[in-house]
Amino acid sequence: MAKAVKAKINGILLTVPVGTTILEAARDVQIKIPTLCKHPDLPPSASCGICIVKVKGSNKMLRACCTPVEEGMDIITHDPEIVEIRRTVIELILSNHPNDCLKCGRNNDCELQKLVADFGIREESFAQFLKDLPKDNSTNTIVLEPQKCILCGRCVEVCQDIQDVWALSFLERGIETRISPAGDIQLADSPCVRCGQCAAHCPTGAIVEKDEASRVWEALQNKDKYCVVQIAPAVRVAIGEAFGFPVGANLTKKLYALLRRLGFKAVFDTNFAADLTIMEEASEFEERLLLGKRPLPLITSCCPSWVDYMEKFHTDMIDNFSSCKSPHEILGVLSKTYYAKKNNIDPSKIFMVSIMPCTAKKYEITRSDDMFASGLQDVDVALTTRELARMIKQAGIDFNSLPDEESDSILGEYAGAGVIFGATGGVMEAALRTAYYFITGKELNKVEFESVRGLKGVKETEVEVAGKKIKIAIAHGLGNVEYVLNKVRDARNNNQELPYHFIEVMACPGGCVGGGGQPYMVTDELRIKRAAGLYQDDSEKQIRCSHQNPYIKRIYEEFLEKPLSEKSEKLLHTTYKARPTYRK
Amino acid sequence: MYTKTILLKDTALFQEDRTKEFYTTLLNQLREAGLHDEVQVVRVADIGVYNRGIVLKILPDNIFYADVKEEDIRKIINQTIKAHKIVDGIHLKHEAKQIRIVLRNCGKINPESIEEYIACDGYQALKKILTEYTPEKAIEELKKAGLRGRGGAGYPTWMKWKFARGVVSGEKFVICNADEGDPGAYMDRSVLEGDPHSVIEGLIIAAFTIGASKGYFYIRAEYPLAVERIQNAINQAYEHGLLGKDILGTSFNLDIEIRLGAGAFVCGEETALIASIEGRRGTPRPRPPYPSVKGLWGKPTVINNVETLANIPVIFAKGAEWFNRIGTPTSKGTKVFAVTGKVKNSGLVEVPMGITLREIVYDIGGGTISNKPVKAVQTGGPSGGVIPVECLDTPVDYENLQKLGSIMGSGGMIVMDEDDCMVDIAKFYLKFCVEESCGKCAPCRIGGTQMLAILERISEGKGKIEDIAYLKRIAFAMQKASLCGLGQTASNPVLSTIRYFEAEYKEHILDKKCASHKCANLATYSVIQEKCKKCGMCQKNCPVDAIPGSKEEGFMIKQEKCVKCGRCFEVCKFKAILKG
Repeated sequence: MAKAVKAKINGILLTVPVGTTILEAARDVQIKIPTLCKHPDLPPSASCGICIVKVKGSNKMLRACCTPVEEGMDIITHDPEIVEIRRTVIELILSNHPNDCLKCGRNNDCELQKLVADFGIREESFAQFLKDLPKDNSTNTIVLEPQKCILCGRCVEVCQDIQDVWALSFLERGIETRISPAGDIQLADSPCVRCGQCAAHCPTGAIVEKDEASRVWEALQNKDKYCVVQIAPAVRVAIGEAFGFPVGANLTKKLYALLRRLGFKAVFDTNFAADLTIMEEASEFEERLLLGKRPLPLITSCCPSWVDYMEKFHTDMIDNFSSCKSPHEILGVLSKTYYAKKNNIDPSKIFMVSIMPCTAKKYEITRSDDMFASGLQDVDVALTTRELARMIKQAGIDFNSLPDEESDSILGEYAGAGVIFGATGGVMEAALRTAYYFITGKELNKVEFESVRGLKGVKETEVEVAGKKIKIAIAHGLGNVEYVLNKVRDARNNNQELPYHFIEVMACPGGCVGGGGQPYMVTDELRIKRAAGLYQDDSEKQIRCSHQNPYIKRIYEEFLEKPLSEKSEKLLHTTYKARPTYRK
Repeated sequence: MYTKTILLKDTALFQEDRTKEFYTTLLNQLREAGLHDEVQVVRVADIGVYNRGIVLKILPDNIFYADVKEEDIRKIINQTIKAHKIVDGIHLKHEAKQIRIVLRNCGKINPESIEEYIACDGYQALKKILTEYTPEKAIEELKKAGLRGRGGAGYPTWMKWKFARGVVSGEKFVICNADEGDPGAYMDRSVLEGDPHSVIEGLIIAAFTIGASKGYFYIRAEYPLAVERIQNAINQAYEHGLLGKDILGTSFNLDIEIRLGAGAFVCGEETALIASIEGRRGTPRPRPPYPSVKGLWGKPTVINNVETLANIPVIFAKGAEWFNRIGTPTSKGTKVFAVTGKVKNSGLVEVPMGITLREIVYDIGGGTISNKPVKAVQTGGPSGGVIPVECLDTPVDYENLQKLGSIMGSGGMIVMDEDDCMVDIAKFYLKFCVEESCGKCAPCRIGGTQMLAILERISEGKGKIEDIAYLKRIAFAMQKASLCGLGQTASNPVLSTIRYFEAEYKEHILDKKCASHKCANLATYSVIQEKCKKCGMCQKNCPVDAIPGSKEEGFMIKQEKCVKCGRCFEVCKFKAILKG
């Protein structure tokens, strides 16, 4: 029962629902109150002290980010005194932050830098003192630079409360406070699953993805290398944000053109491999459901952070994991086997680059020996959307005016099912479309499963297939996983009927569209728009189901034989093992 | 059953303790008078009076005798014990300024005995409330009494209780905040150690009133005796049916546990305290929601300080009107202060609100040890400010202290004389807050550190005149933009010293001088040639060869080489080194 309160902001009367913060309410009257710690995606930590406002009748200044508007409040969001205090606080933060903006991973895309510019700070009033803290490069995916940290707490909030990983925490106190894994160990030795949500939410350059663009430039320059590239579904609907496109704009074909101009010899689409994943996974599901070969529920495994999380925290579920590799690994191995053979290219010359919305993919490419199924490293480099955006700018390519181009067949041809992998529920929906066909031998009249879409943390639903109710659950954001898995455990322990047959998990909230390597400042609004771009692409496709993709049929005929064949198992599948939460 | 208690302590400095002999004589004379079954004599470790020979305190009359000789014993027995009259000549009047409500039982009863507490009307208030009161009536009574939180901020206790009472919740909590941490403060410790049951009784009443069934004592681990005594008292309360199920035969249930604080000052802030009990990092969170609405584990929680809770049983036992008559219009009851510093009689005092600082410092504290004039009084601990001697006639209450740029705080009071340097004092308190800052919010974390750096610069003679403006600018931002009370008040010692002693800051900055010689780097040393015996000790002890000369020609100190370590000053037997 949402009641409303009336209040005044800068003299303008407004009515907002109970619980609306001053920061949110101010937007209704065209005021953007500055803040460094509040991220629209996260609850307020109230740490920076910049969003202070005055409320008439109170001697104190209140933090707009966490103070709800109360009936009759008379709020002032800016006056010379408030501006002066904000400026002092920004200068104080600056006095404890290195001035090497020009060489920083967040240069021109830094919230602190922007605030300093907005407030016109031109001199250092206070002496600089920096913490002498080393960088942490240990994960090879994200780089922690505590010296640049302003202790807004966003990363800790995301890591602990949203993702339930607890790799990052605050250590020490007072001016010595810093972010670090508990026990002051390296990130790689901590429970970190490399989801990169910390980096995606960091306002400064304190946590960034490991930038590997230079390795790609080097390969592109190397005449001995045959560089090929693939783009993940979620990249196409997010990269545009770095170039002023509307959020969710689908730039698939521009990306194909761009990647060729960057010098890639062949441009593939991860969506093709997503279709292949569905063929394998749906077959696996059919096998488990009908033949009882391995236990149910089947749990999806295309998210590398989720795989890592499961291997660290939920090892009792290893048998339930789909053995199918993630799509980009499948495309990697096919590029160095099928594609190389067909085009008569020495596989060792092929340099496969994956453009991913994800930081964990950087870890995944060397996760286990299975990632070398071609005999070589199947994917050579995984770049995030953010790194690609920078490469585009470095190359000086006018991305906005590029013409559309097509991908290279056949590893670039996809059905609608492949592209929705990028949104939470997408893998499930794609799998259901094909599993239905596999089990019943009939095609669906309506391929959309609306009940698996959307941003609800845990989505539970039932689908009728051949008179049997298939119970499914979809969780995104690792913090939502435990609820789902505990239901399975409870049923098992009490010998009850399983709550689910099929579970999809994506580590990042919203799925890959909200991935840790995507453009900054993601909110649910953005996640919905990015996902909408993917669903739009799906709906416009002639072919909506993976098993209908003629090129998928072809690759089975020409190379892989059939789903779960010996060859498929060898190239497209992997195994899992329990890993310690803390190394050493 | 004893009807009177005599507390005994030899307060004479540097003398053999004469209590043993005196104790024996006293007991003998009491026996002779046939009073040995009625009068109990207790030798105590601290009686709150210093350097006044043998001091006796007669309870319950609350009469103090100082510099008592053996020949006075007979008079005391005949007049005071038998006839309730005061013996002139040895009577110590300062007690008259004090009223003991919070400390009513401290030093008087055995803190490890619930029977003694009950004998002093203990748990009567609880019984009254459980059987005669509704929670609403209790809140109403507390409102009439006008008790305000003694932890520092002075928030009306009844309002906290009312808010928590008003929230519908299956579970509610009460917490006693015993995380006393101000430097030099030990008010709460004395109550916890000296009268644990009064605090427990207060907490039980609070729990009944708001509808809580679980309570916690959050005690700092550095108070092992307090922890032990509270635990012992909790156990006794359970044994007597005062805790647990169906308390005193009613349907009211309450369990109380102790949680230990690990030494972080900020955990005295209520939201940080809650985080600490929940097992999280002890950092404050924004308010609202206030703990009384959403506190421990997200449930309505009332957090009251030790001294606040110790007031509760008395208020209900003697009535709100009685309590309301003590104090000023806005601040009711008494306040316990830990008076320390350059004062003659340092110790705990409990005084009615509205007493002047002068009365505390001179009438109770006996003035300065050095007999030099008082320069200022610091109240409120690290969050408080310095009050100059001109303002000593201000009646002490929450509002007045705030107007002076200080706060009531939890009750630390440090008396300073002319040998105290105000820059040094500001530095001391600020350093405490900087070290105790949790590090969560930028204004406190960085602002405090920057201010401290500026103060250090000034005390080293490297200050610039703009530094005063910078200090004020950062202090203002910290006051307004810090998240919790620690950051909001950390600059008070600096601001109040600038407010009243700006000239002293300027002297440090412009003249590079510290009149009280506290700032070592600003001291200059020179040889007074008339007094110098040319022994050469100064030269021999100078670590940097800054004293050239010979036993024939004499010595002089080269200022540009001197590191101001003060060795020459210390070793000169002829007081021939001038420190200026």
